[in-house]
Amino acid sequence: MSAHDEGIERDVMEYDYAIVGGGPAGLACAIRLKAKLPEANICLLEKGSEIGAHILSGCVMEPGPLDELMPSWRDNPPAICVPAGTDEFRFYTRQRSYKLPTPPQMHNAGNFIVSLGELCKQMAAQAESLGVEVFPGFPGRHPLIDGEGDAARVIGVRCGDMGREADGTPDGRPGDNFAPGVDIHANVTLFAEGCRGSLSKQLIRRFELDRDAMPQTYGLGFKELWQLPEGRTTPGLIQHSVGWPLDNATYGGSFVYHLDQDRVYVGYVVGLDYADPRFSPFEAFQQFKHHPDMRALLAGGEIIATGARTIIEGGWQALPKMDMPGALLIGDGAGTLNVPKIKGVHQAIRSGMLAADHLAAAGEPAGYDAAFRASAAGEELRKVRNIRPGFNRGLWFGMANAALETVLGGRSPWTLKTHSDWDSLNSLAAARAHDGQAAMAANWEAERSLPPRDRLASVYFANTAHEEAQPVHLRVADTSICATRCAEEYGNPCTRFCPVGVYEMVDDGQGGRQLQINASNCVHCKACDIKDPYQVIDWVTPEGGSGPNYQTM
Amino acid sequence: MKILVGIKRVIDYNVRVQVNREGTGVVKDGVKMSINPFDEIAVEEALRMKERGEAEEVVVVSVGPEAAQQQLRTALAMGADRAVLYQAEEEIQPLAAARALLQIVQAEDAGLVLLGKQAIDDDANQVGQMLAALWDRPQATFVSKLERSGDTLKAMREVDAGLENIEVDLPAVVTVDLRLNEPRFVKMPDIMKAKRKPLDIKPFAELGVEMPPQLEVGAHEPPPKRQGGTKVESVAALVQALKDKGVL
Ligand SMILES: Cc1cc2nc3c(=O)[nH]c(=O)nc-3n(C[C@H](O)[C@H](O)[C@H](O)COP(=O)(O)OP(=O)(O)OC[C@H]3O[C@@H](n4cnc5c(N)ncnc54)[C@H](O)[C@@H]3O)c2cc1C
Ligand SMILES: Cc1cc2nc3c(=O)[nH]c(=O)nc-3n(C[C@H](O)[C@H](O)[C@H](O)COP(=O)(O)OP(=O)(O)OC[C@H]3O[C@@H](n4cnc5c(N)ncnc54)[C@H](O)[C@@H]3O)c2cc1C
Ligand code: SF4
Repeated sequence: MSAHDEGIERDVMEYDYAIVGGGPAGLACAIRLKAKLPEANICLLEKGSEIGAHILSGCVMEPGPLDELMPSWRDNPPAICVPAGTDEFRFYTRQRSYKLPTPPQMHNAGNFIVSLGELCKQMAAQAESLGVEVFPGFPGRHPLIDGEGDAARVIGVRCGDMGREADGTPDGRPGDNFAPGVDIHANVTLFAEGCRGSLSKQLIRRFELDRDAMPQTYGLGFKELWQLPEGRTTPGLIQHSVGWPLDNATYGGSFVYHLDQDRVYVGYVVGLDYADPRFSPFEAFQQFKHHPDMRALLAGGEIIATGARTIIEGGWQALPKMDMPGALLIGDGAGTLNVPKIKGVHQAIRSGMLAADHLAAAGEPAGYDAAFRASAAGEELRKVRNIRPGFNRGLWFGMANAALETVLGGRSPWTLKTHSDWDSLNSLAAARAHDGQAAMAANWEAERSLPPRDRLASVYFANTAHEEAQPVHLRVADTSICATRCAEEYGNPCTRFCPVGVYEMVDDGQGGRQLQINASNCVHCKACDIKDPYQVIDWVTPEGGSGPNYQTM
Repeated sequence: MKILVGIKRVIDYNVRVQVNREGTGVVKDGVKMSINPFDEIAVEEALRMKERGEAEEVVVVSVGPEAAQQQLRTALAMGADRAVLYQAEEEIQPLAAARALLQIVQAEDAGLVLLGKQAIDDDANQVGQMLAALWDRPQATFVSKLERSGDTLKAMREVDAGLENIEVDLPAVVTVDLRLNEPRFVKMPDIMKAKRKPLDIKPFAELGVEMPPQLEVGAHEPPPKRQGGTKVESVAALVQALKDKGVL
């Protein structure tokens, strides 16, 4: 906590359980806790302006865990909810596409295509009706930790301040309307921040929760909602592709989910372990949309909404220890997503429910990590642990390995290694010498007729907003390397990996270049925090309610 | 003095509004709703007057759907004393809103009515003026500064030519503009307190207001698509380009 905190009086609110993050993990945990412990005082904080405002997901959901948690959801389905139909899996080349057998993990019979944001609104309504206090617009800003060394224990969370004004210092100064964030004290605090949570990150470091885990890895996902001319869609159809425009070495692929009313979700996911610093995930997605198959689907349609969010892909071997004194990590804040299935919602719900069950039975966090690993959710992760790392050796090796691992059902005696994403970039010089992605990189911006024109045109559909007077929430510890070391070594990759163009290199007015951070466009995807090769970017929560206002995403 | 503040539930100003496929209205399903921003400014002003000792009670009222309770709760969390919702699921046009407010103002015996200058959904800019006429009391519209002295209000108005200072006798209707104040942030403990403040829900029919529709909406259309712009190299080139278009 900064020097600016001295002398600020904060209200303290006491709860039995405090949950940070209103995604499927946090909400499932809240609902289940109330069911098990009706007398418990529970609050849930969400940084978005409303529940669902920051939720971006595919999303084909396995309904089992939700059925168990909230059987009534089927009677009152979210605004977008289409039963899964046929699965299609294709390999793309520049001009053609080839049908591949759908990998067994990607069969979706019985699943639902939903708007996860809308589903979360319904889960929040359920939690509130049970008596959970849900606070959208209130980010958790710092974990509160009491005691030193081995006696350290999480005692709650400090909410973000409102009404700070930028003054050149990291935290800015209190403005006229300043309202200090309250301190929430809780017997147990549950961090359910989703992929790359900013408080979870601090806790993992503070309690060395990743001591026995391999490095965490991530992907960056884009999504657009399109309204198409009549008659082109097949409601329920689920299409995935691999291949063009990614080269063999870069992990990723597309999803196209057909909804009702001539709407489709179109999305693209790229492994953040890509190597070419000139690569732009956003451009790759836009190129994909210009494949003849896709152009035929989309041309003449209209974009309704866009967004981007990272996905946690390390799986079983990268899972940090999920309990620590006074607190738990649940859902993708820990990394419970099943990558071969690209499904994390059912796992997040399970981990939230399991946390509630564990706390109701044991009364304390210790033992949750073991309980999760031994659960059906843990077993699901263990079985598929070798599939994603297999793709580190390229698409074809990855697919063959995936087939083998599937036959073995995870019984292979080895566990493949994961590696961190921030140090996977080749230098600019090395990338230039290489022609795979390089040849493609030259083409990234070519042949683009479908909207959006560029990242700024795209972010317009994310309804993102940040009060302009507030301090920048993207803390770059050392901007002196931007124009020098980073420009030479990597050509400022932040200007390309950010899905909305927050980072720009501009004239400094003295004949040089300097970094400009357009923080108000940020959609809270967390890619910069992950991929920055010098690990100097720290994403912190901005003023409550800032960020995207996703609708039906 | 009791201040009555009108609250309308509207689509949040950060949301990109879309016309529905049939062209019969805008998409509201799953869309974020908020207090009309000008009404939030009106609540803030009422609270400041109360804090200065110029009023004793702040009552917020909405005529609208059941879900408008959310917006009333927000106003209560800001500091309003109590709230009333006259529940009507059908659309309320400006004259109907003004008639309804008249009934409420008289029943509450309010000394001042604070409203937004317009609601950002229909941008009608009519309710305040109509209410003042129906009530037969003075009005100050587009107010960007407000002060009470005894039984009069000093108001600064934003008018086309600049600013205008007027005085109106109380009771009166005031509609507020953007620059009047910056609404406070809602605090978490106050959200909890707001849950225990009175919020009465009454059927709209109770007001006995006739509301045959005065306006008929022909069609909804999105604005025409903008053509791509061009970049100019210098200020001189910009001036020339504007001259060529006959703008300068
Ligand atoms: C492009 C894409 C496609 C996907 N497709 C699928 C799919 O088809 N099927 C599937 O099952 N899964 C899919 N997933 C994964 C799935 O979305 C996640 O696994 C799931 O959302 C994780 O749930 P969670 O509750 O752990 O975190 P999240 O859903 O990320 O929710 C976290 C919440 O916490 C809030 N928060 C974070 N930090 C703070 C803080 N400090 N204070 C307050 N609030 C905070 C966030 O705003 C957010 O609302 C996809 C993900 C992406 C990005
Ligand atoms: C709830 C609400 C209701 C409002 N109602 C009304 C109303 O009824 N009537 C009214 O007149 N006003 C109204 N306003 C105010 C009005 O929307 C804004 O004041 C006005 O749009 C501000 O325009 P601007 O050009 O100053 O800035 P912006 O709105 O910030 O900019 C408008 C455009 O200019 C571009 N731009 C910004 N800065 C630059 C730059 N330096 N160089 C090049 N381009 C730039 C932006 O990208 C944007 O496209 C309302 C505002 C709000 C929040
Ligand atoms: S600034 Fe960082 S978190 Fe924000 S959108 Fe860009 S990459 Fe994502």
